[in-house]
This record gives sequence, structure tokens and C-alpha cells, in this order.
Amino acid sequence: MLILAIDTSAVASAALISDVAMEGVIDSFATEDTRSHAEVLAPGIEKLLAGAGVTGADIDAIVTGVGPGPFTGLRSGIATARTLAFVWNKPLYGLMSLDAIALEVAESTAAAPEFLVATDARRKEVYWARYAATEGQLPELLDGPHVGFAADLPDLPVFGAGAGLYPDVLRADEDFADAQPNAAALGQFAMARLTAGKPLLDSTPLYLRESDAQVPGPRKRAL
Amino acid sequence: MSAALPKQPLVLGIESSCDETGVGIVRGTTLLTNTVSSSMDEHVRFGGVIPEIASRAHLDAFVPTLQESLHEAGVTLDDIDAIAVTSGPGLAGALMVGVCAAKALAVATGKPLYAINHLVAHVGVGLLDGKSSDAGQLPASLGALLVSGGHTEILRIRNITGDVELLGSTIDDAAGEAYDKVARILGLGYPGGPAIDKLARLGNPKSIRFPRGLTQPKYMGTAEAKGPHRYDWSFSGLKTAVARCVEQFEARGDQVPVADIAASFQEAVVDVVTSKAVLACKEHGISDVLLGGGVAANSRLRELTAQRCASAGIKLHVPPLNLCTDNGAMVAALGAQLVMAGVGPSGVSFAPDSSMPVTTVSVPA
Ligand SMILES: [Zn+2]
Repeated sequence: MLILAIDTSAVASAALISDVAMEGVIDSFATEDTRSHAEVLAPGIEKLLAGAGVTGADIDAIVTGVGPGPFTGLRSGIATARTLAFVWNKPLYGLMSLDAIALEVAESTAAAPEFLVATDARRKEVYWARYAATEGQLPELLDGPHVGFAADLPDLPVFGAGAGLYPDVLRADEDFADAQPNAAALGQFAMARLTAGKPLLDSTPLYLRESDAQVPGPRKRAL
Repeated sequence: MSAALPKQPLVLGIESSCDETGVGIVRGTTLLTNTVSSSMDEHVRFGGVIPEIASRAHLDAFVPTLQESLHEAGVTLDDIDAIAVTSGPGLAGALMVGVCAAKALAVATGKPLYAINHLVAHVGVGLLDGKSSDAGQLPASLGALLVSGGHTEILRIRNITGDVELLGSTIDDAAGEAYDKVARILGLGYPGGPAIDKLARLGNPKSIRFPRGLTQPKYMGTAEAKGPHRYDWSFSGLKTAVARCVEQFEARGDQVPVADIAASFQEAVVDVVTSKAVLACKEHGISDVLLGGGVAANSRLRELTAQRCASAGIKLHVPPLNLCTDNGAMVAALGAQLVMAGVGPSGVSFAPDSSMPVTTVSVPA
């Protein structure tokens, strides 16, 4: 099985995941910054496919991170994934983006039985979720995703760039202080679930916040 | 190379710069389909377009709109020669959805992609067969007056695929935005344009003299020594004047003459829009003017533009209304012109530009 995975919940990233390749990842890319998704994503995917000698016909499924993440960036990946899936007529799955970091934590030596993953939600808040790690298994989502102030998170070790931003109030893991969700880990998570016959999400974005629109109040009348 | 250019290219155009998700397909200058999904209903309770709501709606509407347009046109993506997408100007988050989808479409199909200027596309729609009197080619000295909720501009088009100039524009609110804000002041709901246009017919347009922005000599100058805003508009002062007028009636305990205010407001907008547009045309030797944008649906604007163009000896072209509002067909129409002119595609590395200048008709690779 060959999966094209995309995540733009923080940085822009894409990966080709195969269940027969070494470590599962054929190739992947991820940007450093969180603001150039529209420019880099499509050329990155084009290069990824060309480099692996793969066309749309060879791909069995497309997986997209559905956030949470800053809205405009998040949508760029989902719009890309939905369009590719439509044109190539392939199944499209969604995965909660924080799962990508959770998988990397679970596979590291830093894993605790229970831990949090947090990314930057801007406006002094973080997106976060709580996971349980069991040796040899995929991390299990216990709670979340949520958006909120770092100081209000449960008292557990926290992994991800959201923790790195608030080391004063969070038990931030230093090795993961810059970690962002990436498509390579997300695709591996999806591959593991799909081959185990477990369900994935659809591609509905997890915004967690309403649009900031305010219904205007009645106009004040003079006198 | 040019021999390989399709004479009647099949072009798919994508529009997402404001609250309409549009996909249109043209073959050369022939319109095959114009599919639009609008999120307007979701903005009604806010009294104006909320960018984040529009962007969310674009994401969900894009694939269904694409699917419907291909079905209506009876073509497949394989048949398409090129893809065109609005790259700007417009709402940044909204543009991003259409641009990312268009790029994915280009990557998935291997078709060339053109990143197109939305304002010039409003003019390009005039090239579709039967949509203006001289379909297929534009007059040599063409102007375009674009009036909508997002823009108010007067353009000069010497060559639609490469030589477009901005003669004047609003320096604050768009005319359509002013309609929405005034409709809210008058309690007429959203969108304001149709509501005010309808009510204005019952009122006296001369009952209140509302200000015409940027018409003082210091802004206008003379034809020889042009002032800094000779062909520009400003509507924020007009909106404030309407609010103050309503307050005065209320403060006196008088009933607010809503129809008279609507008519007088509309007259102020339409008067200044058309007089400055016609002035710009006369002073630039423009013989033909195309009216575009959603406010082209306004009956008084059409009437006065026609009148003033006629007395200035300028020929007016008004495309059908469904092609005046934002749509994908106009993007496809301009895309087809670019293909036919041998202009190269933009590639997939460009960034959408919310303030893309009209001098950039399409983004070079
Ligand atoms: Zn427009």
C-alpha cells in the first residue's frame, strides 16, 4: 500500500509512505516556517512524486492532517488533499495532526505512560491533546484536541513546539521543544491504523475556534 | 512553439477571492459552464462578508463545484488544455483555498496553470461570445469600470494579456461595501445593494445632498495639472454623513425618511462613480467602457453610466449580470486569452497576492 500524506497544521509537509519500504517512509519534506504553505506545498509534492517515480495511479490513499492548526495554513493542506483525491479518484482520510508528534514521542525513549502534545495556537494559547503510551503500540488519544492557555493544561510531560513556547508553565520536553506535526509521522500513523483495519477520520478540519465574526448589535439610536 | 498553441483552448477557471466559489469552463471565447457556490447567506447576520467564514465555505464548496462544472460542460479533466485561478487581489485566506486547490489540480493532471488578476478577469469576461457587441476582440481604447463589494476601479486596457493600467480606485471602502454599511444603518439587511436600489425608487434622490468624496479642487486639479485623486473615490465620509443624517432625524423625534435617504445616498454614489469614470475615459481617449462587478446590477448605476457615456460619445458594454459578479468563467475567459496569446503559464510556486496590481495580468513563472 502506498499513501501520500500531507500536513499543514503548523509547517507544510508531505510524505510518501509504503508498507514495504524501509521504515515505511519513501521520501518526505517539511518546511521550517509556518507561513509559506501555498508556495511550497504543490511543488514539494510534485518533486516528491517525480523523485520516487510515482504517479497518481500508483497511490492507494491520501491522508491529510485535519489540525488543529492556524486556519489558513491548515486549509491549504486539506484543499490540496481533497483535490488530489478527487482527480485521482482515491480514498481520502483525515488524521488529527497532533497524532504525528504523539507517534514520535511514543517511539522515543522520552515516552511517559501518559503525556501531552502541544502546538502553537497563537494568541498566547496552545492546541493540545492527552495520550497514553503502551510499549509496542500506537499512542492512544485519551482527551482532546483542545485549545487553551498553557497554564491550564494537566500536569503531565508536554511534547511539541507548543510546550517549547511556554517552558515556565509547562513540563516541556527539551528534545521535542521545536517539534511540529509532520506528514511523515502522520502517514506512518495512518498506515499502521489502516493495515490494522482501524478507522481514520474524514477530512473535516478541526478548527476548535469559531470564526471571529461578531454579530453586530442593534445600532444605538440618538436619544 | 506557437504553432502548437490550441486555437480554441479548453480552459478551466477557479475563483475564490471573496464569498463566491466559482468554477467556469470556456473553449476559446465560448462559455461552456459557469458554476458558482456562494456563502452569502452565511454572512447575512453579520451584515458583511466575514473572511474566515468565506474561507471555510470555499474549502467545502470547491470539489463539489468543480465536479458540477465538469458535468455541466460535459468535459473531463483530461480534455482541459489549461487551468486558471484568481491569484489576487482579494481576501488573503479566501484566495489561498482556490490557489491551493488549483495547484493540486495542476499537479494531479499535469496541466499548465495560470495565476490570474481578478480585476482584469472582470474585463476578460467581456470577450466571451455574445456577451458584448464585439465579442472575441476588445476595442483598441477600452476602459473598464468595476464596482462591487470588494472593489471600485477604473482601468485602461491596451492589451488584455499584458498592458493594463489602473487609472483610479477607491481609497477606502468599495462602493458595494458602502451600500452594505448604509443598508445596516437604515435597517435594510444584507446585501445592501439590492435593498437600497429597490427602496430608492420610492424616494427623492434630491431630498438630501450627501457629499461626493474627493471632488474638491485640491483633489481634482485640472486636466493639465491633475490633483492627487482626480479619478479616485472615497466612500467612508458618505457613510458617516448618512449615519449623522439618520441621527438628526431621530434626535428631533421625527420619522426617518428611509426611502429619501436611500435614494439620496444612491444618487451620491452613482453620481461620483460615473462622473469620475467618464472623466477618466475622456481624458485618456477611451472610446469604449465595460461595466463589471456586482454593483453593475444596480439599476441607477446602469442608467446613469449609460446616460453619461452616451453624452460623452463613449460606447458602454455591460456583460450579463451573472458574469458581472465574481465567477470562474471570467477567470477561464482571461486564461484562454493568455493561452491564445502564447503567454507562458505561472507554474505552481507562486504565492497568492491579496493586493496584486492590475499591471500583473498573470504571474510570470
Ligand atoms: Zn470581483
